[in-house]
Amino acid sequence: MAAIDIKNIVKKYGDGFPAVNDISIDVQDGEFMILVGPSGCGKSTLLRMIVGLEDITSGDMMIGDKRVNDLAPRDRNLAMVFQNYALYPHLTVYENIAFPLRLAGASNDEVDKKVRDASKTLELDEHLERKPGNLSGGQRQRVAMGRAIVRDADAFLFDEPLSNLDAKLRGQMRTEIARLQKRLGITTVYVTHDQTEAMTLGDRVAVLKRGVLQQLATPRELYTNPGNLFVAGFIGSPPMNFVPAEVDGTSVKMPFGTVELPPEKTANAQGKGLLIAGIRPEHFEDASVKDDAPAGSTFRAKVDVVEWLGNEAYAYIPFEAPPEVQKQLTELERELDGDQMRTQLVVSLDGASRIAEGDEAEIWVDASKIHLFDPTTGENLTVDESRAGRIPEREDPKAKEKAEKMADQGEQVHSAEEA
Amino acid sequence: MNETRNKIGTWVGFLFILVWCLLPVVWIISMSLKGPTETGAGSPQFLPKDPTFENYGDILDNPDFRDSLINSFGISMIATVLSVILATLAAYAIARLEFKGKRVVLSLALAIAMFPVVALVGPLFDLWRTIGIFDTWIGLIIPYMSFTLPLAIWTLSAFFREIPWEMEQAAQVDGATSWQAFRKVIVPLAAPGVFTAAILTFFFAWNEFVLAISLTSTTQSRTVPAQLSFFVGPDPFNPPYGQLATASVLVTIPIIIIVLLFQRKIVAGLTSGAVKG
Repeated sequence: MAAIDIKNIVKKYGDGFPAVNDISIDVQDGEFMILVGPSGCGKSTLLRMIVGLEDITSGDMMIGDKRVNDLAPRDRNLAMVFQNYALYPHLTVYENIAFPLRLAGASNDEVDKKVRDASKTLELDEHLERKPGNLSGGQRQRVAMGRAIVRDADAFLFDEPLSNLDAKLRGQMRTEIARLQKRLGITTVYVTHDQTEAMTLGDRVAVLKRGVLQQLATPRELYTNPGNLFVAGFIGSPPMNFVPAEVDGTSVKMPFGTVELPPEKTANAQGKGLLIAGIRPEHFEDASVKDDAPAGSTFRAKVDVVEWLGNEAYAYIPFEAPPEVQKQLTELERELDGDQMRTQLVVSLDGASRIAEGDEAEIWVDASKIHLFDPTTGENLTVDESRAGRIPEREDPKAKEKAEKMADQGEQVHSAEEA
Repeated sequence: MNETRNKIGTWVGFLFILVWCLLPVVWIISMSLKGPTETGAGSPQFLPKDPTFENYGDILDNPDFRDSLINSFGISMIATVLSVILATLAAYAIARLEFKGKRVVLSLALAIAMFPVVALVGPLFDLWRTIGIFDTWIGLIIPYMSFTLPLAIWTLSAFFREIPWEMEQAAQVDGATSWQAFRKVIVPLAAPGVFTAAILTFFFAWNEFVLAISLTSTTQSRTVPAQLSFFVGPDPFNPPYGQLATASVLVTIPIIIIVLLFQRKIVAGLTSGAVKG
């Protein structure tokens, strides 16, 4: 068991494409660390550099107290679960799990004991003599995990292990992985593009974009105190609403109305002109359901579509955004792999709400939970730094800027290829 | 209605191909069972009037034939084993590594495979005599390998490309050296390809005639196809057709056995279940 210290890691591919730009992450001993981000953000590359399947261009990869940059994968003593499981199809489940032990030259008795232990933990006992080809997706997944846990590895690495499973199984396996990790207490690095997995599994989550670390914090910190527009939009489902806003004193003018914010929230936002306000769907409510709705923070709006789910309902309220904000929001959508066409509010309402499609409804908004973002830099102006984990641009704005510049070069490489 | 017509059509086609392919084989078998008086009778009938195993006894008693059979086996086996080992390593490198001149190697290999064998007979004859490997096993093994390697490399590199790279990476993470990953994971997965390449190589070496007759002079290294051309019998106007047919039947038997044995190994889709799907 060991801590993994990633120090200023850079990865440039042969064609000059920078996949990982100056990322530093300290994974504590026994910690469950998640690397999350949209496709192409360098999270898998980073994981493969930890395990040694990808060369490191510069920086230091420390496992325990040892610098492992130049060690072969087999000398790093890490266990990895691949996205497509990578089981050996010519071996039985038993031999698949035993494979690392056999390579290490373990005696037959020891192999048998450890394999049976692992298969018991993962409930694979009745499948031991079968070949991977005859197993279901979930069973294959468990075999892949079995192969990882039989060895006394220093850490587990998971590369999107659940993305090939159907939704129900994914939920079950997610809990299973969390339980296993807690029981074994082993350092784990887990790569995913799914923010739900990131939120539910991680002790801490590192959000990556274009190979640059955006924020490293606990799921709760990420949710309540996103460091920038990207993190705010990435974490949470349905995603945070972004609307144009103008701050005047403590009042914030938004397309649907003006609300009063606590003074500490607006302190950093004075005189910045047009901003982007971020409000999570659940921070709205049907004013008629909310008994103690304070005045001054409700507005009337025409509801376009209502999706009633029983325990709650999502209402959609379209609004017009000025072109400069619109551009920023489209850009953000692109970064988040999304393709939202229209600017609209997603409002989460109580299941008891009677608001119907086409209604003009009175909506209450929790003003204390509103975030304000600078539209040019994406920076969160209302962040509570003591509860936001690590935000690289706050620690060292120059380093972050440099990393972003490196990422820009990557876009040039790709656009040059296309031309 | 349409279905039955299709069925009938399928069967007619099936029978046609069967007759087309097997008629010569049946004819040779039937001829091998005819005695010399029958084959010498001008226009013999298709089935033997008086089936006899005389030819089989005669040919197995012939020391020249026995020697050539041993030569054929030895040369074909050695050429196959060496060729497959070399081809496996070469194909693996071609499938996995990016190196300068990869395309050149592949196209050169293809060019060699297309090179007419006859054009090489003269130079090889001179060369082999000069360096003293004329009429030896090795003198046949070397050209056989160079003509079968290209095909084996192409077949195998196609198989290696099909194997997900993750297999090997998983093995390395599990603690295998590159060689262990290759031997314990990649080669077993490529087994169908290895056997296919082996069979093709063996067939080539077993059936080859031009080099076998040109680069040998005695039964010390002459293979069966070459040796058969020396079965002329006492009278040049009356070749021993029965014995020739018998020899042909006998040399076909090992091929059939090998195909039947390896057929079970050539199971397509062995990699299924390695990854999702």
